[in-house]
Amino acid sequence: MTSDPRIEPASTLPSAIRNFCIIAHIDHGKSTLADRMLGLTGVVSSRDMRAQYLDRMDIERERGITIKSQAVRLPWAVGGEPFALNMIDTPGHVDFTYEVSRSLAACEGAVLLVDAAQGIEAQTLANLYLAMENDLRVVPVLNKIDLPAAEPDRHAAELAGLVGCDPDDVMRVSGKTGDGVKELLDRIVRDVPAPIGDPKAPTRAIIFDSVYDTYRGVVTYVRVVDGHLSPREKIVMMSTRATHELLEIGVISPEPVATKGLGVGEVGYLITGVKDVRQSRVGDTVTNASHPAKAPIGAVRDPRPMVFSGLFPLDGSDFPLLRDALDRLKLNDAALVYEPENSVALGFGFRCGYLGLLHLEIVRERLEREFGLDLISTAPNVVYRVTTDDGKEMIVTNPSEFPGGKIAEVREPVVRATILSPSEFIGTVMELCQQRRGTMGSMNYLSSDRVELHYTLPLAEIVFDFFDQLKSRTRGYASLDYEPSGEEAAALVKVDILLQGEAVDAFSAVVHKDAAYAYGLRMTAKLRELIPRQQFEVPIQAAIGARIIARETIRALRKDVLAKCYGGDISRKRKLLEKQKEGKKRMKTIGRVEVPQEAFIAALSTSDEGSDKGEKKK
Amino acid sequence: MALPASGRDFGVYIHVPFCSVRCGYCDFNTYAPGELAGASPAGYVDAALEEMAMARRVMVGDPRAASTVFFGGGTPTMLEPAALARLLDGVRETWGLAPGAEVTTEANPDSVGGSALAALAQAGFTRVSLGMQSVVPHVLRTLDRTHRPENVVRAVAGAKEAGLATSVDLIYGTPGESLDDWRASVDAALALGPDHVSAYALVIEPGTKMGARLRRGEVSTVDPDVQAEMYEAADSAFTDAGYSWYEVSNWARTPADACRHNLGYWRGQDWWGIGPGAHSYLEPRGGAARRWWNVRHPRAYAERIGGGESPEEGGEDLTDEQRYVERVMLGIRLADGLPVSDLRPAGRARLADLGRDGLIETARAVQDAAIVLTRRGRLLADAVIRELAWG
Repeated sequence: MTSDPRIEPASTLPSAIRNFCIIAHIDHGKSTLADRMLGLTGVVSSRDMRAQYLDRMDIERERGITIKSQAVRLPWAVGGEPFALNMIDTPGHVDFTYEVSRSLAACEGAVLLVDAAQGIEAQTLANLYLAMENDLRVVPVLNKIDLPAAEPDRHAAELAGLVGCDPDDVMRVSGKTGDGVKELLDRIVRDVPAPIGDPKAPTRAIIFDSVYDTYRGVVTYVRVVDGHLSPREKIVMMSTRATHELLEIGVISPEPVATKGLGVGEVGYLITGVKDVRQSRVGDTVTNASHPAKAPIGAVRDPRPMVFSGLFPLDGSDFPLLRDALDRLKLNDAALVYEPENSVALGFGFRCGYLGLLHLEIVRERLEREFGLDLISTAPNVVYRVTTDDGKEMIVTNPSEFPGGKIAEVREPVVRATILSPSEFIGTVMELCQQRRGTMGSMNYLSSDRVELHYTLPLAEIVFDFFDQLKSRTRGYASLDYEPSGEEAAALVKVDILLQGEAVDAFSAVVHKDAAYAYGLRMTAKLRELIPRQQFEVPIQAAIGARIIARETIRALRKDVLAKCYGGDISRKRKLLEKQKEGKKRMKTIGRVEVPQEAFIAALSTSDEGSDKGEKKK
Repeated sequence: MALPASGRDFGVYIHVPFCSVRCGYCDFNTYAPGELAGASPAGYVDAALEEMAMARRVMVGDPRAASTVFFGGGTPTMLEPAALARLLDGVRETWGLAPGAEVTTEANPDSVGGSALAALAQAGFTRVSLGMQSVVPHVLRTLDRTHRPENVVRAVAGAKEAGLATSVDLIYGTPGESLDDWRASVDAALALGPDHVSAYALVIEPGTKMGARLRRGEVSTVDPDVQAEMYEAADSAFTDAGYSWYEVSNWARTPADACRHNLGYWRGQDWWGIGPGAHSYLEPRGGAARRWWNVRHPRAYAERIGGGESPEEGGEDLTDEQRYVERVMLGIRLADGLPVSDLRPAGRARLADLGRDGLIETARAVQDAAIVLTRRGRLLADAVIRELAWG
C-alpha cells in the first residue's frame, strides 16, 4: 500500500501514527468525508470509488448509516514526513453506545463533524462528551459548507462553545466537493497526539469490533496498546481465557492486507478461525499466550438487550427458516438474543432482545431482505423486575408472562435522555416529556436559540413512539439521545385483551396504571373494527387481572347463506365453500373466534396513531 | 353410465334460454332477441329434442321414467304452448313420465294468458311458477321487471282455473327496498293464495348491469342485517298464513305442495338437464358420480347438436370428499334435515356448539337424529355447512 518503509505496518514508530475517529450524526456526511479521505490519500483510486465505500452492508448504504465500525489505514505526508493515519469508523446511533465507547478507546483524537446547515444533534453531543471523557483531542469540523442553507458562522460559534476553542479553529470542509479535506488531514496529523505504549511490555491489544465473514470466519479489529502481535503466535482473550492461533494479521487499506504484525499504536485485524463473534468480544483485551499481560485494558461489558419483541413468520411454515436466519445473524451480532415463543395469536416465533429500536429494525429488515422472510413483530417492550407479595422476584421480558396475583413492586428501566431542540419548542418538548412520565434534570442553552434538555424517562415510553412524537411536534428539528440509567419503581399494570373471555397473548401490555384505561379502550375499539363478525356475539374486553376496564362487542353475524341452490348452482356453490375453507386455514382461532391474521397485524401496527411512519426510518 | 340406478328418482330439467329483455340483476344463462347471434327458438326446440335422443343413447338400459320435469329459464313461456308441449312429448318419448309426475314451468306473468295456461294443462303440465318478485313499483323498476302487478293476480287465477298448482317467486333486498316495501310484497303474494312460495335474497353479481351500477355507486346494497330481518318477516308471515318452510328459500301449503323436482336436487337425486348451459347429474350404481354442463350459448348449442356432437362443455367426476360436502351442503337446507349418521366425526363434534349458538334444533338432533336448522340457522346456513363439513 505504501512504498515508504517508515510507515510499513509492524515497523511504524508510534510517533508516525495518528488514530482518530469521526463523530457525526446520521446524514451529516461522515461517509462522504471518509470516501474523500480514501481518495486523497490514494488508497482507493477514483476508478474504484463507490459511494460510501466503507459501509459494507446494503442496508447501511441505503440508509446512509454505519452500523459496524471499520478501521482504515491511510498514508499521509506532512512536511515531507510520512504518517500512517488510522481512521476508525464509529457507529452513530444511540443503540450502539458501548461500541462507540470501545472505538473511542482505540483513538487519541476525534473529528467532530457537524452539518453546517443543521448544527449539532443530541446523539453527536452525547458522543462528543464521551470522547472528551476519554481525553480524546477533538477537531471540530463543519461539513457541507457548499450547501446554500449552510450557516457556518453560527454553528462554528456553537461548536467552539462546546469544545472550548476559538470559533476560528473550527474547520470548514465539504466532503462533497473536497474543499478543506487536505487541510483537515494535515490538522489531524498536527493536533491528534501520537499513541503512547510500551513496545517491550507484554502485549495488550483492545478489541473494538468483530465481524463475521462467510469465508474467513470472525474478523477481529484491534488496537495494539503495548507490545507486538505477530502471525502464528498464540494469543489469549483475557476475559474468557480462550487461546487461539493468529492465522492472519493485517491492516485495512481499504481491503484487508496481511502484514508481518502490528506494533504499538497500530490498528488492524486478526483472524483466528473462530466462527462466532461472541468468541471475540468487543472491549476484550488480546494478549500473548506465553507472555500474558497481568491486567486487561478495561472490563468487558456484555451487550445487554434493552428492548424485546416477538418475531413471527407470516407463514407458519417459515418457522424453521426464521430459526436458521437468526442463527446466521447471531454470528455477526453479539447483542442479538432470542428464544422460541409460541403465541396463540401468531403461532410459533421467537422472542428477541435488542439493544434498542434501531437494532430491532435492522435485525428485522435483514431477516426480511437477506432471508426473504415475511414477518410480524409484536409491540416492543422493556424488561421488568417484578417482586410479588411473597417476596419472589422475577424478570419479565414478555408482557404475557407478567405475573397475576399480588405484586409488591415493579421496577422498570429508565434512561437519561438528552434532547436538543430549537428554543421555540421547549414548551412542547417539556409537555411531551411530562406526558411520558419524565423527570426534568437540567437545561442548557447551547446558543441563543438552541437548548439542551435533560430528562429521566422510562425506557418503555421511549420505546413506544416517543421519537416519532418528538420529531412531529418539533417539525423534525429536535434530536434525542439517551443512555440507560438504572431502574425505578413505577405503578405498572398488565392489561390483557380478551376475546370471548380468552386472553390474546400478543396484545397483553405492561403500561402505567394511568394509561391502562386508554390502552384498553384503544385496543378493544381497534379489534372491534378489525375482527369480522362471527355467527355468535363476541365480547372484546380489556382487563387488569379480573377487573374489566373496557368492553366492546362484535355483534353476531345474521346472514350468511346463499338463497338459491338449484341444479346449476351446486358445483359453483361447493367450490365457493371449499375456497372459504381454505381462507379459514389462514385464520387464527382464539377460543372459537376466527381472526384473520391481517387483523392481528393491523392491530399491532401503531402507524394510525398520529405518528409519522417515515420518521421512524431515520 | 349404462348401469341402471334403481331406487333413485330421475328428473328432467329443460332450460329455455330466452327472454324479451335482460333484467339488470340477472346473471342466468338467457338471451334477449338481440343477443341470439342467429339462434332461434324454433331451432332450439329441434336441438333440445335431439339432445333427448342423445340422452336416451347414453342412458340405455336405465329403465327409469321421469318423476319430475321442470322447464326453467330464461322465460319458458317465450315459447308457444305448442312448442312447450312438443318438448314435453319429447320427454315422454325419451324416458316416459312416471305416474303422478310433476311437470312445472316457470312463467312470466305478462306472457301467460288464460288460454295459454289451459293449453299447458292440456299438454300435461301440472304446476306453474310465476316470477312475481315484488308488488312495489319502485322495486320492480330497479329490477327492470316490466310486468304489471295485476297480471300476476290474473295469471294465478288463470292457472288455478286451468287446474295447475301455483307458486310465486319473490325477491327481497333490492336496492332501495324497505322492510315495509317487502312486507307489502309478502302480503300481496299471500293474498293470491298460491300453493307454494319462494323468497330469494337478491345477490348482485359483478358481471351484471346492476353490478356495474353498484360499482359506480348508483345503487347501494341493502344491509345484510336488514335482509335477515326481511327473511324473518317473510317466514313469520308465511307461517302465520299456514305455509311451512321445507327448504331455506321455499314454503309450501302442505308437504304435497313442495316442489318435488327441486327436492331432487337437495336430496342428491339424478337429473338430466336439456338445453344450453344446463347441468346434469347422474350417480349410476357402481359408477362414479358425474356432473356435467352444456355449452352456454344457444347458437353454440345448436351447432354442436346439428353436427351430431354432444353439447357437453365440461364436467367433473366427483370424489368422495366432494360428494360428502355436497350432501351436507344440500341436505342441511331442508326442513327434514340432514341425518346425523351422514356426518363424519369432525362434523358431529360441532353439533353441541351449533345447538348452543341456536343454529340447529337440539331437540330434533336428539329425538330424530336429524340436523335441522333453526330460523337463525337458516340465515347462517353457509357457516353451519363449513362447520359440519370440515369441523
